[in-house]
Amino acid sequence: MSSDAHTVRYRRGAAASVALLILFLAAWQWGPGLLGIPSFIVPPLSSVAAEFVRAWQVYHLPLHTGVTVAEVLAGFILGSLLGALVGYLLGMSPTAELALSPYILALQIAPKVAFAPLFILWMGFTVYPKILVAVLIVFFPVMVNVLTAVRNVDPDLINLARAFKASRAQIFWRIEFPSSMPPMFAGLRIGSTLAVVGVVVGELVGGNLGLGYLLTFGEGQANTPMVFVSIVMLTLVGGVAYVAVILVERRVLHYLPARGVGHNP
Amino acid sequence: MPVVRLEYRNVTMRFADAKGGEPLTAVRGVSFAVRDGEVVSLIGPTGCGKSTLLNIGSGLTAPSEGAAFIDGERVAGPNAQVAFMLQKDLLLPWRTVTENVMFGVEIQGLPVKERKRRAENLLANFKLAEFSAHYPHQLSGGMRQRVALARTLAVDPHVLLLDEPFSAVDAQTRMVLQHDLAQTLKAANKTALLITHDLAEAVTLSDRVLVMSRRPGTIIDEIAIDLQQRDSPMARRRDARFGDYVAQLMDRLDIAHVSLEDDVALERKPEPAP
Repeated sequence: MSSDAHTVRYRRGAAASVALLILFLAAWQWGPGLLGIPSFIVPPLSSVAAEFVRAWQVYHLPLHTGVTVAEVLAGFILGSLLGALVGYLLGMSPTAELALSPYILALQIAPKVAFAPLFILWMGFTVYPKILVAVLIVFFPVMVNVLTAVRNVDPDLINLARAFKASRAQIFWRIEFPSSMPPMFAGLRIGSTLAVVGVVVGELVGGNLGLGYLLTFGEGQANTPMVFVSIVMLTLVGGVAYVAVILVERRVLHYLPARGVGHNP
Repeated sequence: MPVVRLEYRNVTMRFADAKGGEPLTAVRGVSFAVRDGEVVSLIGPTGCGKSTLLNIGSGLTAPSEGAAFIDGERVAGPNAQVAFMLQKDLLLPWRTVTENVMFGVEIQGLPVKERKRRAENLLANFKLAEFSAHYPHQLSGGMRQRVALARTLAVDPHVLLLDEPFSAVDAQTRMVLQHDLAQTLKAANKTALLITHDLAEAVTLSDRVLVMSRRPGTIIDEIAIDLQQRDSPMARRRDARFGDYVAQLMDRLDIAHVSLEDDVALERKPEPAP
């Protein structure tokens, strides 16, 4: 059976992945010592682990992680909503898109993280500038994907609905909105990882809370293990956000052939 | 005198030229009527404006001159008496088969019970009942097209406008679908205008065939198909006169003499002033 072959291949892949992880961790632990790299350049795994425990107890690691998570969540949700909203509006009004496209393009080209110092000037050392950078950075992939999706809806589908005398609202909710879901989720996936980038840059620039702050704090003390702890935690936050989007996507897009394999009758 | 269900009166359609030149006349002075329960096919070369006529009939586009009439009423926009079906099945991938069949009646606001009843009946008729909870990607092309036909019939239209409904499926599936359509049209006494490139399909399914000229499209001939058993395409195909009708249509379309060069020459020829 091909499904057995598929399972075997999957298991082999997973086993190789775990083996690679063990190999990587081992290299991290003993590699620096063997190569004579000083521990303030690449601290071995064990000292990073020890620093993790110390950061947890002394440096309020849970608090900093919590603040970063909250900022990522707020930035991601607001940015996605705003991106989707503008995407739908522009998608339904070619004139508005034509008028706004040069400005949207300019804003899209501008590196969003460069706004971080400006936002801190405006809003001080609060959570808001961090959230705002995340909003800005999440906005574009979602907006562009939604806009393209609405623009690419088969006109014959719209005509079919029109022939049944569908109202504008019915056309939107029954055709355009569901049609835009797959590309929107592609945008949300990108956005989920970008949100972390936006928040971290905001935290690096100013403030005394969040994993980004812990990162600069560790750097200032030449505490390389703490820098590593922060990087690992940030990766974890981004990873959880990404997986969360994928789980929601699987539920929403269950009807798509590639994703629905396990659910098909 | 039977009731006229669908009528085109002196319909002319011009499209603005994209480069700002002379407007393109797609259809000129088309008049014909389809009586209640009659199936009429429209054949003609590519670009002769067949689909334009269908869009005008369904109220999606307004003609430049003249008008279409459904049950004697001038078509001013989409209306519940007409439903169309295209070569593309236009099924919504996020809806199950049943939900797709109910799409039209749902928009028209029928009670949920009635929607379900109609969908179940139609799916049973088309032998799709066991697939009612499937999604379109799980069906074959022929099944999808049958679901599209069920969706078209679910709104119980007086007139069906069919634009090459079976041209995207393989030859055998097409015959099965033609059989289903012929049976359904006869049983429900529906009126239909069928656009097709398939001359055999036109002869198989219709009472009359209208032949259109090249652009600007006008009706150049009308051939009554005097064969029995419109509800049985297989029987018609076996009829000795079947081949004669197809040959007659071929002659009318002048297929033997059309070449690609002709087509190109025609594209370049400036449109005469209206």
